Amino acid sequence: MNDRLAQPFQQPKTREIAERMAEDVKGRSLWADARRRFVANRAAMVSVVVLTLIVLFSLFGQAISEYDIETIDWDVLGNVATAGKPSISNGHYFGFDENGRDLYNRVVQGSRISLAVGVIGALVAVIVGTIYGATAGFIGGRVDSIMMRLVDIFMSIPYMFVLILLLVVAGRSITMIFVGIGLTAWLDMSRIVRGQTLSIKNREFVEAAIAIGVPTWRIIIRHIVPNLLGVVVVYATLLVPQMILTESFISFLGLGVQEPFTSWGALLSEGTKTMNYGTLWHLAFPLFFFVVTIFCFFFIGDGLRDALDPKDR
Amino acid sequence: MLNFIIRRVAVAIPTLIILLVASFWLMQTAPGGPFTSERPLPAQVLANIEAKYGLDQPVYKQLWDYVVGIVTQFDFGPSYKYKDRSVNDIIAQGFPVTLTYGIISFLVAIIIGGALGISAAIRQNSWLDYFAVGVTIGAQVLPNFVMAPILILVFTLWLGWLPGGGWNGGQWQHIIMPVIALSTSYMASIARLTRSSMLEVLRSNFIRTARAKGLPDNVIIWRHALKPSLLPVISYLGPAFVGMVTGSFIIDAIFGTGGIGYFYVNSAFNRDYAVMMGLTILLGSMTILFNMVVDILYAWIDPKIRL
Repeated sequence: MNDRLAQPFQQPKTREIAERMAEDVKGRSLWADARRRFVANRAAMVSVVVLTLIVLFSLFGQAISEYDIETIDWDVLGNVATAGKPSISNGHYFGFDENGRDLYNRVVQGSRISLAVGVIGALVAVIVGTIYGATAGFIGGRVDSIMMRLVDIFMSIPYMFVLILLLVVAGRSITMIFVGIGLTAWLDMSRIVRGQTLSIKNREFVEAAIAIGVPTWRIIIRHIVPNLLGVVVVYATLLVPQMILTESFISFLGLGVQEPFTSWGALLSEGTKTMNYGTLWHLAFPLFFFVVTIFCFFFIGDGLRDALDPKDR
Repeated sequence: MLNFIIRRVAVAIPTLIILLVASFWLMQTAPGGPFTSERPLPAQVLANIEAKYGLDQPVYKQLWDYVVGIVTQFDFGPSYKYKDRSVNDIIAQGFPVTLTYGIISFLVAIIIGGALGISAAIRQNSWLDYFAVGVTIGAQVLPNFVMAPILILVFTLWLGWLPGGGWNGGQWQHIIMPVIALSTSYMASIARLTRSSMLEVLRSNFIRTARAKGLPDNVIIWRHALKPSLLPVISYLGPAFVGMVTGSFIIDAIFGTGGIGYFYVNSAFNRDYAVMMGLTILLGSMTILFNMVVDILYAWIDPKIRL
């Protein structure tokens, strides 16, 4: 840079100019453009970093601890408020829970379940909702109105009741939560995808595909779905925290994940029950991870929407 | 309009039927009959009990009797666990409590949320606007089961101002924290809704005309802009009602207020299927009907969405 300034009158080389022009002319794809906007969004980028750290924590957190989620330390039990404080020196980084178990490992394991419910739930919603919505939108006519009326009906069933009923009847387990959440999560997605499909299906490239005789399902998979990706990605990111909230709600009530396993909702519930014994760390650690994660997903979803929304361009 | 009402009702009826049949079916498939216990009853006694509750009838007959009981006598059936208690008793005991803090929460959410959203829109990009947006983002990540413990921690354990739970016949000290915990997320949603609709209204032509006539700002806002910008809040009444009922699961669990949520969660733990089914059908159909009424009301006020 300084060299350049020192010789202000030197003509830039022709080749350099040509190179720079070629660079400018090169078109930016939709995704490159979106990436540029997303990277410029500071809140979203910080959220990506923080979220990555939390995911790593939930996956590999137990590696730096010598304890596990269910061993009870009988010396601490019954005396948690004084003897079970968080401490770096004895390796119980987050202290002990009410039953004398190592809280650090329980938070690691709870984070893993909560994140898994969020991500897998959103993934199921994306796959089912996209295929359902794209099919309804592309075929149109009577099939469309029947399929969407069905979605209307399912949507107006108050699903929290049905979910709890399902968990009680079929037995409380994490699998049942996946099933129950998955049953309803795709409905919104299918509506959004259908609306988007309606606007795509009359474009020339779809007409061309129909004209050369590409079968319907192939048009949906190869031509419609890739063009829906932007909307789907944004909505899926915003769906993950919703799934986490639902699972936490159920686990908070004690109807979700069962001992010895745990999740953020169950940990928060334990923390709430014990807070007037002076063991605030029971509430503080899960609360921190819960709130930070939800925040991160919201900021990332917001950033993606700003980056991918064609209305802004 | 009539067309819209018919179409809306046509969605509500199958929804009600699905809810009814699904809850009934789930209860039928539940492992173990309602009177199975560790010490098995003599076969004759069991047969007598089942005959008393109509459980010896075929399933479709049971379902039909149940529906007839609801429609003709508003009878949601007995509890199989507690002989002296029916679903109707539970409703009579828990519902007034839930309704009390639910309605207060809802009013608080509308008044504060609406005021916040509208003033944020009027002074867009001021500190007030940023404050409102910040509050709405913050409230989104603090659902009621996170708000409630924090409130108890601050106001009961640290400051000692308010009782940490109980209902006490609805004394005001016992209502404050449930209302804050329940209303915050709705307040945030309503603030976000009114802010964006107010911004849209303020940019519309009739407001520009009012400005051109030389009307003062506060007349424009109070007389012309307020009403259309509060319209979307009506469409939010439905979800808010659902939130009130599901929120009461948490509120009753944390504050021990003894509303309908307490009984629902308790029956879930006790596997009192009859009570669960009764409450699911009652609260579920109330939700469906309420949503339907709100939709029709909204279509009546705003003809644009009747399409």
